[in-house]
Amino acid sequence: MTPYILSILQGSLLVIQVGLASLLVAVVLGMAGALAKLSGRRVAVWSASAYANVIRGIPDLVLMLLLFYGGQIGLNHVLEWLGYLEPIEIDPFTSGVLTIGFIYGAYMTETFRGAILAIPKGQMEAGMAFGMRPWQVFWRITLPQMVRLALPGFTNNWLVLMKSTALVSLLGLQDMTYLAKQAGAAARGEIANAPLLFLAFAGFLYLVMTSLSMWALGWVEKKYSQGEAQEHG
Amino acid sequence: MEFDVILQPENLALFWTGTLNSLALLLVSLVLGGLFSLPLAVARTSRHLWLRKPVWLFTYVLRGTPLLIQVYLIYYGLGQMEFIQARWDDSLLWRGFKEPFFCAALAFSLNTCAYTTELLAGSMRHVPPGEIEAARACGMSRWTCLRRVVMPSAMRRSLPGYSNEVIMMLHSTSLASAVPALLDITGAARSIYSEFYLPFEAFMSAGLIYLVLTLVMVLLFRQAEKHWLAHLRPRPSA
Repeated sequence: MTPYILSILQGSLLVIQVGLASLLVAVVLGMAGALAKLSGRRVAVWSASAYANVIRGIPDLVLMLLLFYGGQIGLNHVLEWLGYLEPIEIDPFTSGVLTIGFIYGAYMTETFRGAILAIPKGQMEAGMAFGMRPWQVFWRITLPQMVRLALPGFTNNWLVLMKSTALVSLLGLQDMTYLAKQAGAAARGEIANAPLLFLAFAGFLYLVMTSLSMWALGWVEKKYSQGEAQEHG
Repeated sequence: MEFDVILQPENLALFWTGTLNSLALLLVSLVLGGLFSLPLAVARTSRHLWLRKPVWLFTYVLRGTPLLIQVYLIYYGLGQMEFIQARWDDSLLWRGFKEPFFCAALAFSLNTCAYTTELLAGSMRHVPPGEIEAARACGMSRWTCLRRVVMPSAMRRSLPGYSNEVIMMLHSTSLASAVPALLDITGAARSIYSEFYLPFEAFMSAGLIYLVLTLVMVLLFRQAEKHWLAHLRPRPSA
């Protein structure tokens, strides 16, 4: 029993890696998307909206399969066209991270955009009037307030993102879900109801991770809201 | 790009069957999940701890774990329990666990039930107290007030959130393809991919079908909101 449990626990490390790496991609894309949407330039606004709408209209799994199986062929076509003849392989980890990051970038775009819009415009204008450059205004005035305003949406996106990492097991990546399923199949004879047991264990570990995240992000939210008028006592 | 392969009659038929299966899964899960969420939402907002807490635990666990694990738990976990396998030939109650469609639909129903319960419970807490006081002042019992005032009001107010849930559920049905022998839209794309080795064409077509279905649902819900939330819209100044 112990080796199976240990292997599932090891798989949980991969879940955390995939989750955090995808989160990084999603935050970068979300920031870019939000700034593009707020830039007022027609091409930027249009492409950011198209990105957000198309991504949110298609299931994560389909996008993941498209990028994993299709992206590789597409990339090699492009490379061949550019004159490189060595085919490149995208491993499941990279394509999982890129797809999840790409998908949740679309959700982060909306979260960040909403947060920026909630900051009174006069503050940015005041910054400009003091002679700050646009990036200085962004860095000193917009960003610190945005963190507070975006945190509830961010927490929500992170919780959904973390759960969607289970999908990488369908690309053949040996994450917690994959290992739990394998352990269940392998131990069928020796342990009664092994599939149920190990899958429930993996589910429990996910529950622990989501609970810890909620607790930690709740703490951060409190920290960032210090000095803000509290709605409820 | 070789989209003509997708347009071959047998592949179109595959996608058609897949679409019907996906929609059937969606419908069954929404109906079952929706029906059970009504009493659960009432229990979730109950004054009694022993009613409220179990429902809280149910929604917490289902909303905190990946749907894929829930599907696996039912299909591989429960479906391979000796207790159930020993009975599923004789008893109608357990026969379902043999069927991939049943297992997927059960997992989806439970999942959407948990989300819908929280959504509905949230709206019930936000029904304006005046509405309830007025109903009580008219002499309605708690139960009548719940049935005539709180529920209709909460269900209407849940509509915008529920449209998101329905679209999430449509996308979640793609996980049915993780259960062998069940052909949904994603399953159709996977089988075309493995037969012709055309990942772009197969998965893009699937994506397009989901996109169109999503759009149709968004439009339907917009109509529904116009109808049922008409009283909350700002009135045009005459």
